Amino acid sequence: MDLDRLVFSFFNARVAAEAWPDIVKGFFVTLEVGLAVIATGLALGMALAMLRSFQVKLVNFVIIVFADVMRALPALAVIVILFFAFPYLGLPMSAFTATWLALSLVLAAFAEELFWAGIIAIPRGQWEAARSTGMTAWQTLAAVIVPQAVRLVVPPLTNRTIAITKGTALGSVVALSEILGASSSAASNLGNPTPLTLGAIAYLVLFIPFVWFGRWVETRFAWKR
Amino acid sequence: MEALVHNFFNLAIIAKVWPYLLQGLWVTIKLSLVVIPIGMLGGLVIAVLSSLRRRWLNVFLIAYVDFFRAFPPLVLLLFIYYGLPFLKIELPAITAVAIGFLLNNSSYYGEIFRAGIESVPRGQWEAARSTGVTWFQTMRLVVLPQAVRNVLPDLISNTMEVVKLTTLASVVAIPELLNAARNAQALTYNPTPIVLAALMYLALLWPIVRLISRLEHRTIAMR
Repeated sequence: MDLDRLVFSFFNARVAAEAWPDIVKGFFVTLEVGLAVIATGLALGMALAMLRSFQVKLVNFVIIVFADVMRALPALAVIVILFFAFPYLGLPMSAFTATWLALSLVLAAFAEELFWAGIIAIPRGQWEAARSTGMTAWQTLAAVIVPQAVRLVVPPLTNRTIAITKGTALGSVVALSEILGASSSAASNLGNPTPLTLGAIAYLVLFIPFVWFGRWVETRFAWKR
Repeated sequence: MEALVHNFFNLAIIAKVWPYLLQGLWVTIKLSLVVIPIGMLGGLVIAVLSSLRRRWLNVFLIAYVDFFRAFPPLVLLLFIYYGLPFLKIELPAITAVAIGFLLNNSSYYGEIFRAGIESVPRGQWEAARSTGVTWFQTMRLVVLPQAVRNVLPDLISNTMEVVKLTTLASVVAIPELLNAARNAQALTYNPTPIVLAALMYLALLWPIVRLISRLEHRTIAMR
């Protein structure tokens, strides 16, 4: 392999200078979608898990079906359906909305399952003790059960959240100008793959800290089996 | 309601695109059967190497694993498929997918197997080695079988993620299920094929989701 060609193709300073501003813009789009997905996905997942612990049959059935469907469907398929199929029902969506909504629903499903597994792992006695001090069911759930349940599931939840948030790159398939979309269109406009290198670096800058955080969480919350 | 049926569950269109989508489903299954063993094997190699406890090797392996866990698989795939031809390395789409999946999945499987190997008590090693069994035999016959059993839920769950990730191959024009569905949609001007594809994914993966739920509840409850 020829070193000059490698440098010219993947580390081309002139091309990089030209593509740089677009990719920075893409970086902020990815950041925005990513943070929105984490916030909505985790909040919705938690809300569903808490709702499920009130044991209303019909409600639980709906939650379980939602969680199963969203865990079984590939994220890209969900994005494609929201973006390409929903307009036919009179519900057109921007690429941003479709990507955000799809990934939020997927994350919510996984988060609900994990939070729920955490909630039922808390011994029955905790409920009884809290209720017998006069706390309402809601207070017991929010102040006693959930904080302990969350601790149990932090490590798997962190890893899952990272994996799903990386899915923001799938937005490029519906022409969202996030990092990948911006860098691949720059690469084809400029006829040189250097923007892809920049995009790759941008992803690493964004996600490596998350991965390290995940490792830290794993040791910090580790339970010996 | 009529719009919903016409656009999402259009029987005439289902009848027309059914064989084509079935072909796509078959490609998805074949693709999975190629990339799952590759990723698992790669992960196993990483985990076994990291249990050798060579300092520099471990630094390298952790860097490798973290790198690919931070890197979105679609970016990796496009890098391989569109980038490498500039170096005069022309790869068929399927090879690009196989390489991308090897790099991405071996790091996920590697972490799972590593956790499994670490969960086997030290005494198992010592007992096996003291009977005169070699290091490698101990790993293969004593440690790995227990390690795999301990992390089975994670292994199954990651494998399902790999099957779902094969949808990325649609981006480099491999005619798997999602790709077939999008082509069919473009030809029929009706989104029914994508809905049908989603139902096929459900049929394929729902049983696995149920299984994972059951196994995960058991593990978390055991803590």
